[in-house]
Amino acid sequence: MFTEDVLNQSSSLRKKWEDEVKKVVAKSADQKPEWTTVSDLPIKRIYGPEDIKDMDFEKDIAYPGQYPYLRGNQPTGYRGKYWTFRMFSGMGSAAETNERWHYLLKTGQTGLSTAFDFPTLMGYDSDSPKAKGECGKCGVAIDTIDDFQTLVKGIPLDKITTSMTINPPATAIWAMYLASAEIQGVPINKVGGTIQNDMLKEFIAQKTLMCPPDASVKLISDTVEFGTKFVPRWNTISISGYHIREAGATAVQELAFTLRDGMEYVEDVIRRKGLDVDEFAPRLSFFFNAHIDFFEEIAKMRAARRIWAKAMKERYKAKDPRSLWMRFHTQTAGCSLTAQQPYNNVIRTAVEALAGVLGGTQSLHTNSLDEVLCLPSDHAVQIALRTQQIIAEETGVANTIDPLAGSYFIEALTNEMEEKAWEYIHKIDDMGGMVKAIENGFPQLEISDASYRYQKQIDAGEKIMIGINKYITDEEVEIPLIEIDDSVETEQIARLHEVKRKRDNRHVTECLKDLAQACKKGENVMPFCIEAVKAYSTVQEICDVYREVYGEYRDPGIY
Amino acid sequence: MPDKKIRVLVAKPGLDGHDRGAKVIARCFRDAGFEVIYTGCHQTPEQIASAAIQEDVDVVGLSCLSGAHKYLFPQVVKLLQEQGAGDIAVIGGGIIPDKDMQPLYDAGLKAIFTPGAPLDSLVAWVNENIHPRA
Repeated sequence: MFTEDVLNQSSSLRKKWEDEVKKVVAKSADQKPEWTTVSDLPIKRIYGPEDIKDMDFEKDIAYPGQYPYLRGNQPTGYRGKYWTFRMFSGMGSAAETNERWHYLLKTGQTGLSTAFDFPTLMGYDSDSPKAKGECGKCGVAIDTIDDFQTLVKGIPLDKITTSMTINPPATAIWAMYLASAEIQGVPINKVGGTIQNDMLKEFIAQKTLMCPPDASVKLISDTVEFGTKFVPRWNTISISGYHIREAGATAVQELAFTLRDGMEYVEDVIRRKGLDVDEFAPRLSFFFNAHIDFFEEIAKMRAARRIWAKAMKERYKAKDPRSLWMRFHTQTAGCSLTAQQPYNNVIRTAVEALAGVLGGTQSLHTNSLDEVLCLPSDHAVQIALRTQQIIAEETGVANTIDPLAGSYFIEALTNEMEEKAWEYIHKIDDMGGMVKAIENGFPQLEISDASYRYQKQIDAGEKIMIGINKYITDEEVEIPLIEIDDSVETEQIARLHEVKRKRDNRHVTECLKDLAQACKKGENVMPFCIEAVKAYSTVQEICDVYREVYGEYRDPGIY
Repeated sequence: MPDKKIRVLVAKPGLDGHDRGAKVIARCFRDAGFEVIYTGCHQTPEQIASAAIQEDVDVVGLSCLSGAHKYLFPQVVKLLQEQGAGDIAVIGGGIIPDKDMQPLYDAGLKAIFTPGAPLDSLVAWVNENIHPRA
C-alpha cells in the first residue's frame, strides 16, 4: 500500500510520537488501562500506515461495484438510491397493523416490514392453549389467509416490497403472501420482498423453533428453489446476525456465525436441489445489527461484504457478480437501549443508524425510544424514521461512497474482523458445518460466554451504559405506553372460528394430506402450501404437518 | 444449619425466545453457589410447576419479555399452590411495566426485577429471602 519511503517516515515520526506519549502518560495516566470495543476487542491508541501496509489495493480494497465489494455493490452508492427506510412494525390485529402501515407509508417510509406475534412466529393458532396471553402482543396475529388479506389491504403488492420476519412457518406465510398477490391480480413473478426464513440463527439465538435443524434447512431450500423458479424478485432468506448479536454475541461472532449460516444454506441448496450457485445466490440477503460501538460496526459491515464475495467466488465458484454481493438490511441494537432515561435512546439509535449507513447498508430500521418498554407509539416511530431521513438528507454523509475507506484504523479494524471471523468459520467447517456445530451447542455456548462476560463488565462498571451504571437519576420519565388489549385475543379467536366454520373442511383435510405426502416424499412443499392456504388452512395446521412428519425440536436450554 | 444449597429453577414461560437474560441469571446463580436448573424456552406454566416440584427447588425464577407475564407469572404461582407447593417462592423478571408490578405481587410473586438490575442485587435478594427447604 505504501512506498518504502512513506513507511520509513512513518516509522520515525511514530517513534517521536510514542516518546511524547510516554512522557505525558508518566505524568498523568490514561483514564483507564485498557480501551476496547463493546465486544471487548482491544483498540490501539493510534493506527498508521504500518497497520495496513500488507494490503493490496486491487485485491483488498478497489472501488464500489468491483471485487471484493468491500466498498459496496453498486457503483453509484447512495446517489442512485438511498437505503430503504424500512421500519419493523406489527401489533394486535391485522386491521390495526394495516392501519399502521398506511400511516408509515404516508410518513415517507419506503418499504414495509412485518412483526408477527409469538403464536404466529412459532406456528400456533391464536386459539392454541400455548398461545394464551400472547395474541397480538409483540406483533400481528395471523391465522389464515383471511387475516393476511386484511393485513395487505390497499397495499399495492407489485410496487411496495414487504419484509416478513417469519421463520418456522415461513413457507405458510409466504404462501399467503403469494396467494394474496394473485387475488390482487399481481402475478407472483412480479412481487418483491423478503422472508427472514433463517432457521439456523433461531437455533443459535432467537429460539423460535419447530422442527430439528436438518428438516428446517430442507424447508428453507424448498423456498429457495421455488423462488428461483417462480418468484425471481423475492429474497427467500434473510441470513440474520441481528438476533445473534442481541443474544449477546460479540461483533466478530455475529459476523462469523451469520456468514457461516449463509454458507450452510448455499451448500444445502446445491447438494439437495442440484441448483447452480449462480441461479439462486443473487437472491440471498443478509441482516445485521448496528450496535453502539461505532467503528467496530462499520468495520464489521465492510468485512462482511468482502468475506462473502471471497467465499462465493473461492468456495462455491460463483461467476455472476450478483452472487458475490452481500446485500443487507440493518437494525439498530435493541439491546443497547435502556428503560432508564429512555430519551437517551434517540441518541444511541442515531449513532447506530449512522454506523449502518457508513457501513453501506441497503435497508435500515431505526428503533424507537420506547422499544425497551413496549410496542412503539406513533410519535416514537416518527422520531426514529426522521432520524434516518435527517441522516440521509441533512448530514451529507450520503454524498460520497464508503467515506471511511483508506482510514488506517477502519481498514485495519476491517481486516482484523475478517481474520477473526474466518477463524470461527474454519473452526465450524472442521466440526462438519453449522448444523453439526449447533447440535454440539458450539455457537450457543460462545454467545452465552460473551453475554455473561458483558453483563459482569456492566455490573463492575468496566463497560458503561448511561443510566444503568453511570449518571443514574431517580427522576421518573413519563412515556406513553402502547398496550395491546386482551380483547384482541378474544376477537382474533372469534375470527378464526368463523373462518373455520365457513371453509370447506374436507378440502382443507385433503390439502394437508397432500402437504404431508410431499414432506414424506421429499418434494418441494411450496405448491402444496399455496393450495393449503387458499383453502383457508391455518398456520398451525400447516406447521402441525411439519411437526408430525419431521418431529418437534425443543430448546435444549444450553447456558 | 448444615450448608444445604439453595435450589433454583430458572424458567422461560410462554413462546418468547429472548433467553439472554434467563441464561445470564442461570450462570450468575450457579456462580453464586446455588444449584441451578434451566428449563430452556417455551415452557408452559404446567411444565414449569411440575419441574419445580419434581426438582424440589426452593425458588422459581421466571423470565418473560413478550408482554404475556400478566397471564403466565400468576398462573405458575397458582399451579404451585394447587399442587401443595405454595411454599416455593416465585420471582420474575423481564419487560414489566410499572403498573403491572402490584397485580403481580398481589398474585403471589415475591420479587420482580426489571432491566438494569445488577446481578448482585438478585443474588443478595435470594440469599436474604430464600432458605433451603427442609
